[in-house]
Amino acid sequence: MFLTREQVERVALLARLELEERELEKSMGELNQILEHFERLEELNTEAIEPTSHAISMVNVLRDDRLKPSLPRDKVLANAPESVGGGFRVPRVVET
Amino acid sequence: MELYNRPAHELQRLLQRKDISCRELTESVLRRADAVDSSVCAYLTRLNDQALEQADAIDERIAAGEAITPFMGIPLALKDNLCTDGIETTCASRILKGFRPPYDATVVHKLRKTNAIFVGKTNLDEFAMGSSTENSAFFPTRNPWNTSTVPGGSSGGSTAAVAAGAAIAALGSDTGGSIRQPASFCGVVGMKPTYGRVSRYGLIAFASSLDQIGPITHDVTDCAHLLNVISGHDPMDSTSIDQPVPDYGAFLIPEVKGLRVGVPREFFAQGVEPPVADAVWKAIRLLEEKGAVVEECSTPCAEYGLPVYYIIAPAEASSNLARYDGVQYGHRTAEDVDVVGLYQKTRKEGFGHEVKHRIMLGTYALSSGYYDAYYLKASRVRTLIKQDFERAFQKHDVLICPTCPTVAFTLGEKTGDPLQMKLSDVCTIPVNIAGLPGISLPCGFHEGLPIGLQIIGKPLDEGTIFRTAYAYEQATEWHSQRAPL
Repeated sequence: MFLTREQVERVALLARLELEERELEKSMGELNQILEHFERLEELNTEAIEPTSHAISMVNVLRDDRLKPSLPRDKVLANAPESVGGGFRVPRVVET
Repeated sequence: MELYNRPAHELQRLLQRKDISCRELTESVLRRADAVDSSVCAYLTRLNDQALEQADAIDERIAAGEAITPFMGIPLALKDNLCTDGIETTCASRILKGFRPPYDATVVHKLRKTNAIFVGKTNLDEFAMGSSTENSAFFPTRNPWNTSTVPGGSSGGSTAAVAAGAAIAALGSDTGGSIRQPASFCGVVGMKPTYGRVSRYGLIAFASSLDQIGPITHDVTDCAHLLNVISGHDPMDSTSIDQPVPDYGAFLIPEVKGLRVGVPREFFAQGVEPPVADAVWKAIRLLEEKGAVVEECSTPCAEYGLPVYYIIAPAEASSNLARYDGVQYGHRTAEDVDVVGLYQKTRKEGFGHEVKHRIMLGTYALSSGYYDAYYLKASRVRTLIKQDFERAFQKHDVLICPTCPTVAFTLGEKTGDPLQMKLSDVCTIPVNIAGLPGISLPCGFHEGLPIGLQIIGKPLDEGTIFRTAYAYEQATEWHSQRAPL
């Protein structure tokens, strides 16, 4: 057992996921199963091995700092669940 | 053979000779899609009206004497994780229901420029997370060869559409095998190009260091031509490779004399069913008879691909999918809540179980105190897997193995056992981890279901893969078989 119920609840909060009781139990089982499977990697000594984050090695890619047109605002806002005054509408985030 | 069942390069000739019109061809494919899709369920969105309009416009240009280029006027399908300007793009998720992207993915833009015709957007496992297309939030897709079996996944809608004649070719995306495994199950050709060969701009991200878009076709010739169309550097994707793209058509030579073929034995061990191994070995022997030099080899760390993948892919996904919060696009909860509640409830309502599971796993693997043990460890083993392939490619030009340990399985057979489902990708995942190109092409049947042959190449050496695949294909008849629908 790698993850306790408390830890699963904490991870769900970090991930901004609300899980129902049933989902929480199922998730705990599945996560523990995968993490157990992952234990196999302990067979390999990787202390001196550099990690790979991208398969093809790359250096930073930069572009000229020049103005160019961006997407039209109305087209972008057309997908918003709620918009107001040319912006995305969200619940109040600042205390009054 | 009916028009809808023919490869694009044959249709191109017929269009050029004016034996058929583009409208006839498009109507043939649309009618076929109407007839079969109630049982195959490959499409989430159909674009009939636009397709016929496009077809008429192309007929006018042909009448005016314009030369036909590859894929001009050819009806294609697009996986529904590729953004299409103004056309609903859902990733087969409730959270993106109704989303109409404000721009085209680069590959879509390139296909438009080449005057391809879009039949529609195809089904997938939600956010491309799955191996059977059963994880779609809307409905499962079925395998045209036997509709009680799965088409594979996650690009199962695209491979099923091509196999059923509901599109001449298609695009899919491949993060751990999502083009090759369903191509294998559906008896079509599917390629995952080298990481960076094709721009990912406008491909809705799952695991950014592994995702790659690729072609799904009836044969190797179409696959090479379609890769020609979609490849190349793109300033909009800083991970796309800035190197010239060869004409892949030039590699379509049925000649393998002296070609050094490695057979990685680990890829035959992991639950590969005997009929699959037999068919793959027969294919290898055929290449040997034609002059290839075959040698067994070993990639000992490839067997750790699965656990590495199940840390790296969810870790990247948990970060990529943070954007679905009910603010800019897609679903938003109707409940009256504060801002954190908005995120939590929107995501609870919008994501399916598998997606939530992977977000949880990835979030945990990246969380403070666990990063070294999981993500960093997986990234180090990733290096070992990559080095295994580098060593193998010092002695061999291509590696050949099964695409998948089995043929298509029955719907529902593996949904209750996530680890069994994941084993389906055991032969394809290491290729993504190392960023290499790989193709799957048909090499036989078992109980009426197609078997796939996987050919893996060096980085940016898709050409040698095409030469090997073409030589095999030209000596066999598998590619001209069609599903008995």
